[in-house]
Amino acid sequence: MSSEAKYSKGIWSVITASSVGTLIEWYDFYIFGSLATIIAAQFFPEDKGSAALLSTLAIFAAGFIVRPFGALVFGRLGDLVGRKYTFLLTLVLMGGSTFAIGLIPNYKSIGVAAPLLVLLLRLIQGLALGGEYGGAATYVAEHSPAHKRGFYTSWIQTTATLGLFVSLGIILFTRSTMGVEKFNDWGWRIPFLVSSLLVILSIYIRLKMNESPLFSKLKKEGKTSTNPLKESFTKRDNLKMVLLALFGAVMGQGVIWYTGQFYAQSFIENVCKIEFAQSRTILLWAIAFATPFFVVFGALSDRFGRKWIMMLGMLLGIFSYRPIYQHFLDITNEKNKVEIVAERSVERTATLVPNKADSLIKTTTIKHFDDGALFKEVKTDTLYVATGKSAIKPVVKIEKTVGDSNYWTFIVLIFFQILLVTMVYGPIAAFLVELFPTRIRYTSMSLPYHIGNGVFGGLVPFISTLIIEYTKSPENPTGSPLAGLWYPIIVASVCLVIGTLYLTNHIDKNVRDDENDYIHKH
Amino acid sequence: MNALKRILGIFWLLMGPAVLGFLIFEAVKKNSLPTSTSNDMLQWGIIIGIFVPIAIGLMIFGYYSMKGAYDLED
Repeated sequence: MSSEAKYSKGIWSVITASSVGTLIEWYDFYIFGSLATIIAAQFFPEDKGSAALLSTLAIFAAGFIVRPFGALVFGRLGDLVGRKYTFLLTLVLMGGSTFAIGLIPNYKSIGVAAPLLVLLLRLIQGLALGGEYGGAATYVAEHSPAHKRGFYTSWIQTTATLGLFVSLGIILFTRSTMGVEKFNDWGWRIPFLVSSLLVILSIYIRLKMNESPLFSKLKKEGKTSTNPLKESFTKRDNLKMVLLALFGAVMGQGVIWYTGQFYAQSFIENVCKIEFAQSRTILLWAIAFATPFFVVFGALSDRFGRKWIMMLGMLLGIFSYRPIYQHFLDITNEKNKVEIVAERSVERTATLVPNKADSLIKTTTIKHFDDGALFKEVKTDTLYVATGKSAIKPVVKIEKTVGDSNYWTFIVLIFFQILLVTMVYGPIAAFLVELFPTRIRYTSMSLPYHIGNGVFGGLVPFISTLIIEYTKSPENPTGSPLAGLWYPIIVASVCLVIGTLYLTNHIDKNVRDDENDYIHKH
Repeated sequence: MNALKRILGIFWLLMGPAVLGFLIFEAVKKNSLPTSTSNDMLQWGIIIGIFVPIAIGLMIFGYYSMKGAYDLED
């Protein structure tokens, strides 16, 4: 076998081993978000409604917020003892905490201990993820030749989206196999428990890997950093690059990513009221079509540089989000549709409230529209025996299933948003790796990455939902549904200005310390 | 371009405290509403707690920028 063929085989083994583990970590992390509405019902009091969802989103966000701390802890470890063992450890922590979430009894069984345990395990998940990505990206980059670094590291970039894809796939499969009722009752635990099998597989693969050649060389020569944290964040030459990476690239990349994938899903499910399974298959198709573009833009960044591809992705996001989300609202708005009145069905049932004399009146209305859409409204009213009156505010649940044409419109528009994600995210691993020297690379690149993605990006669903809540008033009870987009638009705009003016389009020819010239060019 | 980066450095330097001031103002305003709950206070506490170090980072970035740390050699 020629040396080139051996190298090629070697690099693909490195990419596979790194990617599979990282994909599983993302899977573990995302099943929580994908099941937010069910988790809200399981771990919070039943009568909390949107407050429970907001609390779940807050716990979801907590997992993101601690990621920078994971980056510091495990980044330091990775620069001290090596990449391989550090990201083995993060994998075990992630798998263990995900498995444990699947075992926690619900709020009815153990009360407030349930959300507290979920929060604790979610924090461990966040810490583990904070240590994982930097290690995987660094590991692959340190095995890659300069002219293909963007291409090879972009495979790691696909794992985040594929992790979401696998999580949605397993959730939908489990739900359709066992039925909605059983799934909402206890079946939602299965995707969490499945994680343990995936983690064992990944640990087996990763144990076979060797340490990064650049790190091994440094270690052999006794040149590894003795205090990576101090070296990364107290030396001006390095700190200024950490800040530039955060404010000029990762901050904008983070909000574009989380808007395109997570806010889009949350918006079509909670604001547009698209039915559970349909909202998820829309996202699945969009992800399936868009994922190859991570590699396309990663490879293009080797040719044209990283900067302009990322900046273009942010620019398109800034200008397209509001029209796209307005269109989502328009095509699911009943006022814009023609109902086939003859097909309307109304069903009314009355049941007694357990242990009380009051009655629950459930009215289910199903409307069909000429574009193939089907809207289902379930109104639950309580009739109080003592007063002979019904509740002032009945509980109304709306589920919309759109017709074929609008289904594909959703897919195309979410595909476009994920395409923007691939533009900003595909080249970013190579970009970050090239900013920092080997001896402190794991620590230095992990922190801005996880602040940008974990804090700025991870908070997109939470802050956007919060902004919408604040626009609600007695005159406007639904609030302004597009108001939440101002958060990602403003953050991406600031990042675009900083990135355009301050970043160079330079591709570092070699990421070895002694030949790293990027920092010295500034 | 280097001159523009230095001038904008002042803007980033001021933007850090401006963002914090805005968040604190909003937090006080929202939490003094009669409808506010302890949950609101917690949410705003978390948001401000997270963004304090980031705002400080932005100020340091602005300071470096103003001092020419990001100037490119010709």
